[in-house]
Amino acid sequence: MTHYSALSVLRNALSGNRSWGRAWRDPDPKPSYDVLIVGGGGHGLATAYYLAKEHGIKNVAVVEKGWLGGGNTGRNTTIVRSNYMMPGNTMFYERSMRLWENLSQDLNFNVMISQRGQYNLCHSPAQMDAARRRGNIMRANGIDAELFDREEVRRRLPYLDYSQAARFPIHGAIFQGRAGTARHDAVAWGYARGADRHGVDILQQREVTGYLWDGGRICGVRTSRGDIRAAKVALCVAGHSGHLAQMAGLRLPIETHSLQAFVTEPYKPLVDTVVSFGAAHFYISQSDKGGLVLGGDLDMYNSYAQRGGLPIVEHTLASAKALMPCVSRLKLLRHWAGVMDMSMDGSPFITKTPVDGLYLNGGWCYGGFKATPASGWCFAWTIAKDQPHEDNREFTLDRFERGYQIDEKGMGPQPNAH
Amino acid sequence: MIRINCPVCGLRNETEFTYGADATVNRPALDEQETGPWLDYVFNRDNPRGWHKEYWHHVQGCRQWLVLERNTLTHEIRGCRLAREAGE
Repeated sequence: MTHYSALSVLRNALSGNRSWGRAWRDPDPKPSYDVLIVGGGGHGLATAYYLAKEHGIKNVAVVEKGWLGGGNTGRNTTIVRSNYMMPGNTMFYERSMRLWENLSQDLNFNVMISQRGQYNLCHSPAQMDAARRRGNIMRANGIDAELFDREEVRRRLPYLDYSQAARFPIHGAIFQGRAGTARHDAVAWGYARGADRHGVDILQQREVTGYLWDGGRICGVRTSRGDIRAAKVALCVAGHSGHLAQMAGLRLPIETHSLQAFVTEPYKPLVDTVVSFGAAHFYISQSDKGGLVLGGDLDMYNSYAQRGGLPIVEHTLASAKALMPCVSRLKLLRHWAGVMDMSMDGSPFITKTPVDGLYLNGGWCYGGFKATPASGWCFAWTIAKDQPHEDNREFTLDRFERGYQIDEKGMGPQPNAH
Repeated sequence: MIRINCPVCGLRNETEFTYGADATVNRPALDEQETGPWLDYVFNRDNPRGWHKEYWHHVQGCRQWLVLERNTLTHEIRGCRLAREAGE
């Protein structure tokens, strides 16, 4: 496997780029593995990578029903940040942020992390108070946060609507300078290549259709192309956690909803940061190719369809226009939807399950992409040691029974409200 | 755009409606002492990939609560009744 470097780029350029090796193998499955991970998205591949790298567990397979990163890994708006304030979330997302900061070097693969900063706008004195509280909690935990008043936001983001006619006046913003964006496909490919280098088998085009049981214990999976045995089976299938858990007899505190995202035609550099609207569910950034990347709200009804409805298209674009009147004549280039595991408190699961041999990583709601590195890191820890790391200790299934929901948004058990 | 055939108002756009919740979830008896049934009622869902029975509120129409049978993979609707007549 080639180590990527300036020298390798130069050498391959001189030979017409014809001798690049493939980035990962396409092996036949072994009859059995120590750990089998279901789902070849960012989280599954990261889990495999950290199992091999941090814990020396290299007899690992990742089984994917389609192609790598073809699910939610390639369907998000690529934002990374760690501005969480609930105990259980704060340090987990900060671990993720710290892993992001060194990820390209660690993987020897450019994930194009761009720490361009993220603004959460506030539109009322109450929102400013809430932002101040959030910022103080972040800073108390060693995470960067700054609070800006209206004039400072106006100086930094002059293209927003500050007129008297603005539907939601901007009172200020909370800013995390280390937040930003990363290239989502590269995250899947980088982790796949890294895992493969450590000997992990990546098995694409194999859909898991059931489990192999040994008494009450899961000891492998049935796939569309044959059975594979494994001592531990780990689900990383957010969006589809519900029915993969159901095959194992589990009922989860999750509903599946679709979330849409949009890219406009390429435009000259305009938004050099990430901006989140505080008055409606809306966020905007600009890709390196120039397209404005927009995200909005859920479609609100359960859906596995991977396509969104028109009412949310209108809602998202109305939000864009309310916040940035200058974008009103841009055309949309692409539009898609991903299916989200919406958990009942808006927070994820990285945990053992009540079924022996089965481990669950899911319930990511809107927030899965930014969590990818820490999710893999903590899930690998949980699988390898059969106990959670301190940073994912609260992401259990039994937190609902114990009354310890991590409700970052304070919405109650209404999954489409998180 | 999902179009819902309201028993009172006829075929209307989804924008007139608000999604309510999973209609298969039943509240335990109020004197239920165990936490299990309450846990299932408040938090746990079947979350099917396929046909799903669910409440919708025709909030900008007749204001009736409806029970729909809708496919979560295709968004096709095969049944729509008034919730009070559905006995749920």
